[in-house]
Amino acid sequence: MAGKLKIHVDPDKCQGHSRCKSLAPELFELDDYGYAHAIGDGVVPEGLEDKAWLAKSNCPELAIDITED
Amino acid sequence: MTTPVTDWVSDFDHTDPRWTENPYPIWDELRAASPVVHTDRFLGVYMPTTYEAVKAIAYDTEHFSSRRIIVRNSRPPITQTAPPITSDPPEHKPAKQLLLPPFTPDATRKLEPRVREICNELIDQFIDEPRVDAAARYTKHIPVRAIAHMLGIPEADGDLFIKWIHEILELGIKDEETMMRAVNEMAVYFVGHIEARKQRPTDDLISTLMNARDAGGQPLSDMHVLGSLRLLLIAGIDTTWSAIGASLWHLAKTPADRARLIAEPELMPTAVEEFLRAYSPVTMAREVIKDTTVTGCPIKPDNMVLLSFPAANRDPAMFPDADKVLIDRKENRHAAFGLGIHRCVGSNLARMEMTVAIEEWLKRIPDFRLDPAGRVTWSEGTVRGPRQLPLLLGAAQ
Repeated sequence: MAGKLKIHVDPDKCQGHSRCKSLAPELFELDDYGYAHAIGDGVVPEGLEDKAWLAKSNCPELAIDITED
Repeated sequence: MTTPVTDWVSDFDHTDPRWTENPYPIWDELRAASPVVHTDRFLGVYMPTTYEAVKAIAYDTEHFSSRRIIVRNSRPPITQTAPPITSDPPEHKPAKQLLLPPFTPDATRKLEPRVREICNELIDQFIDEPRVDAAARYTKHIPVRAIAHMLGIPEADGDLFIKWIHEILELGIKDEETMMRAVNEMAVYFVGHIEARKQRPTDDLISTLMNARDAGGQPLSDMHVLGSLRLLLIAGIDTTWSAIGASLWHLAKTPADRARLIAEPELMPTAVEEFLRAYSPVTMAREVIKDTTVTGCPIKPDNMVLLSFPAANRDPAMFPDADKVLIDRKENRHAAFGLGIHRCVGSNLARMEMTVAIEEWLKRIPDFRLDPAGRVTWSEGTVRGPRQLPLLLGAAQ
């Protein structure tokens, strides 16, 4: 079985479009300025993998990386 | 008067009536010719035609300045700025940071109940009529009242704001005098509101800006506050008016999408993103300040750049079936709100207003279509959207 997915938002690329937060609120949160980061350590809980990929594929700034542990 | 365009590729004009009416085939022609095209009109303007070229310019603040963000007939000295949209690094970031907190998704959600009320108050006024101009009586008033509510200025002043915006963004392309008069009238109006708050502070966005501190801990100058208020008013109104109007226009002529949105309301978020992509209202501009190349094309200073996010969003190399409106499009990295550091500060507000305006309309007016006896007209230039949207309400007889 494949390892767990881990998401990372590049703070230099994120411009606060907040598409990730609206598509996957379980995985992303916003700071007071609206910039996004992964919740906790970024590990994607089982069952939320599709949402992680969906968020990545809708980020206009290509700021989201997904790696496999 | 300007001469009509005979060759779009070497002589394009974004104020030509054919462009205003239906720009999409023109953009396809330009894109097929080159990723960057040029016109001698407007003292020299480049236009990137692909998503890649638009993105490259949006990200490149070294060669492309935001000090001028509208392509006009003349380039008068810059006297009135609107930070952060007219700012370049390093001034841009601190000016933008000040505006971000009031426009996060959570902050704009607090406005949602008032926006729902506004929509229903407007619908109440025409729901019993068989035909309505939805641009004049619905879409136009929603953003203006919402931003007035946020700024803490009377919603009833909305017609005045709409007049100024028309004079600055549309008439101002070719008529500098009208534009400057509108800019000055707007300044006088806001100075009055700023002075009033010095006597009696309020808890609205104007007071928030007046109380903000810059990076050095100093209060903003009245000029900075005024510039940002100018930006919020100009950028927050006919943009969203256009986006809501184009969405209703699409739904009026596409009964299948209307029926599907009513049956599957969970599609609303992807539908809103798709309307933003397919009918993006806002074209920005940059001024070239240094020689460079973009996707292999040489770019020379003293030209402007027409930064067409709407054309980027129709690039088939980026979006499969780019000319089809697919309300369940899963992958949608559209650039309707810009790319890079100048991402629209009001994007969350605009999305909320669009969503609420479409939802409330569909709840109360599930059946509607374009009135064949009327004519849909579109605004020209910087912001494109329906300015007359004649609809027949109710099921077809």
